[in-house]
Amino acid sequence: MITELGHYALILALATALVQSLVPLIGAQRNDAGMMAVGPMAANLSFVLVAFSFLTLTYAYVISDFSVLNVVENSHSMKPMLYKITGVWGNHEGSMLLWVLILVLFSALVANFGRNLPDKLRANVLSAQAWITVAFLLFILLTSNPFMRLANPPAEGNDLNPILQDLGLAIHPPLLYLGYVGFSISFSFAIAALIEGRLDAAWARWVRPWTLVAWTFLTAGISMGSYWAYYELGWGGWWFWDPVENASFMPWLAGTALLHSALVMEKREALKVWTVLLSILTFSFSLLGTFLVRSGVLTSVHAFATDPARGVFILGILAVFIGGAFALFGLRATALRTGGLFAPISREGALVLNNLFLTTATATVLVGTLYPLLLEATTGTKISVGAPFFNLTFGPLMIPLMIAVPFGPLLAWKRGDLMGATQRLYAAIGISILVGLVVMAFTTDEPVLAAAGMAIGAFVILGALTDLVNRSGAGRLPAATAWARFKGLPRSAFGTAFAHAGLGITMIGVVAASVYSTEHVSAMNAGDTVEAGGYTVRFEGLRDVQGPNYTAKSGLFVISRGGAEVARVTSAKRFYPARQMPTTEAGIRTFGASQLYVALGDMESNGKLVVRVWWKSWVTFIWYGTVLMMIGGALSLSDRRLRIGAPRKAARPARTAEAVA
Amino acid sequence: MKRFCLVLALSLLAGLSLVRPGFAVNPDEVLADPALESRAREISLELRCLVCQNQSIDDSNADLAHDLRVLVRERLKEGDTDEQVLDYVVSRYGEFVLLKPRFSVRTILLWGTPVLILLIGIAAILMGARNRAARRATPALSAEEQAEIDRLMKRGE
Repeated sequence: MITELGHYALILALATALVQSLVPLIGAQRNDAGMMAVGPMAANLSFVLVAFSFLTLTYAYVISDFSVLNVVENSHSMKPMLYKITGVWGNHEGSMLLWVLILVLFSALVANFGRNLPDKLRANVLSAQAWITVAFLLFILLTSNPFMRLANPPAEGNDLNPILQDLGLAIHPPLLYLGYVGFSISFSFAIAALIEGRLDAAWARWVRPWTLVAWTFLTAGISMGSYWAYYELGWGGWWFWDPVENASFMPWLAGTALLHSALVMEKREALKVWTVLLSILTFSFSLLGTFLVRSGVLTSVHAFATDPARGVFILGILAVFIGGAFALFGLRATALRTGGLFAPISREGALVLNNLFLTTATATVLVGTLYPLLLEATTGTKISVGAPFFNLTFGPLMIPLMIAVPFGPLLAWKRGDLMGATQRLYAAIGISILVGLVVMAFTTDEPVLAAAGMAIGAFVILGALTDLVNRSGAGRLPAATAWARFKGLPRSAFGTAFAHAGLGITMIGVVAASVYSTEHVSAMNAGDTVEAGGYTVRFEGLRDVQGPNYTAKSGLFVISRGGAEVARVTSAKRFYPARQMPTTEAGIRTFGASQLYVALGDMESNGKLVVRVWWKSWVTFIWYGTVLMMIGGALSLSDRRLRIGAPRKAARPARTAEAVA
Repeated sequence: MKRFCLVLALSLLAGLSLVRPGFAVNPDEVLADPALESRAREISLELRCLVCQNQSIDDSNADLAHDLRVLVRERLKEGDTDEQVLDYVVSRYGEFVLLKPRFSVRTILLWGTPVLILLIGIAAILMGARNRAARRATPALSAEEQAEIDRLMKRGE
């Protein structure tokens, strides 16, 4: 009964979304406040209905209701409660429901926190948002209904894919979707601006916080996904240039470009048309990613061709939204007046350069991801595009971009002084070159690559610090004054510095982990040792472990340094009988920024166990850097400028009242 | 095979009974000569495990990947250059085995797109800059403004 209510609520949500997709739009055309007011109401109602629907499905999972097909296919009564709940989105139908839930959540947020938006803009944004909602609700109801019942319920479910039974999965998809789907707001703002034909600096100020929110969550999602793959897949890789990863990376690259171009638009009214185009493009990449992952086209072009219902549906959504948006753009973009003038050497110029390289990088990832699919579909020729291609094309594009990063914030708007900026960066440049030389002297394997990578990473970090030092006037002004100025710097300045420094730290992590990591593969008996990264790893033996829904062979390893024990790790191989599937649980121990990574291989015929031990140099920097980027996003978001001009804080009127009193 | 597993897992699709854990290079495969072994590893990273999803033979534990790793090492031991090894593998398994496709008519757009986009971008920026410069050069006075100035000038006379 509850399941049917959930299904019904989803249908009601479709009806609400249909109302929301038209009434506020017509209201905005006719200047009818009553019709425009329907928007926020409908948005809230849609959110409540979809949330209820989602909760009923979760409930079916929690009580292991095996009369629901989706629960049977993806759950098991013995599964730990956490994975029963996360299993809700660990499958196609449920994850689409989560997708729509987050979509209507963002609509509701705009409805409730966007009170200071002009009525017409908000009405149009909510309508555009509802078009997307309608499309995806139809997709769920027509092709991917999670509420399907079974006439003869089985006694037990098929369990969730064991690889997905992990805390990483619990957090990864919701974060990723908050980012992916969050970009729908920038998209809807762009559509609204095109419909209204009004686009000014205020528009950029309104759209930026939403883009920042989406970008921060997407950064978190991608970073989590990378760490999850690193520890769960058992061979210590953290990025594979896999189409599924690329699907989330493309919106991130385009979104990063959008954050920067919206800044130019907000401050200088320039790059208007480009910013609108990027808003459309970014969400188009989100939709494309959804299509790639959800249609099954990646697994096999042929599998897609034999069961195309879902794929064709999403492809239709893709065509309508991207095609429609670009058509609207083509019709209206010329009406948008281009704004402020600027010299090539200026903050704007630097941000244009940022956009040039990020856009080219996005295009590179796009072509590398789609080319094999398109070539096979059109000519039947099968080719592979993998990591070596992306390393060769994407890598070189990042180098000029990274070198330019420290200069951008130091250049003035309108007309910058490159010599002046360079002079301020003297210390950063000097130290970075020194870093490069030291690295070159002590590296035998690929010294040039390592030195260049490390030096550029250091330069980006030091450049971020230089900007803060320069803005506070430290060195030029008395210490007390400089400190006061430092404290008074806008949060967005710290946001920029954190995000840029994070980028440098991630780069250093990537370079160090690629160049200095060592791998030690050996067949071991209990008592044997392996040396890695200055530590001795002794294999103590295997034992059997019984988990709630799996059995495992668990190896114990003692890590010592200079004869003294410093840590113990267990590394295991699990077997999940319900799916007849094994997984690996690597043993990982962090020493400083580096990690010792122990994974079990197969048992050899002579009774020895193949053990792989990796010393992963500075590998944690990769993820620490992304954490800094997220902090940077959050700091920028809390900037006063964005809070005042943008949809935030219902608490503000109360505070004003206090001040008056 | 692990790679295949990840893709399917991330795609959250069903039917994963094919997947088997395990790792790539096993101790018995490793060549005694470290220089040769390191070349073998480099080559392995460029070769696709044909039965896997976007995974190199260096990362895969599939039987076919094992066979290919052994094949690569045999060719190296016989004194082939890296290029000769790749050619040999391609002659047996086709271009599909290369994770970095060779430049050809078929892949011209693949390799060309990044360069093309970069050039188009640079051209667009330069043209934009020139337009802006042109706008700055010509005084942007409308007819009315000009008339107003003329009127004021006349009054001054």
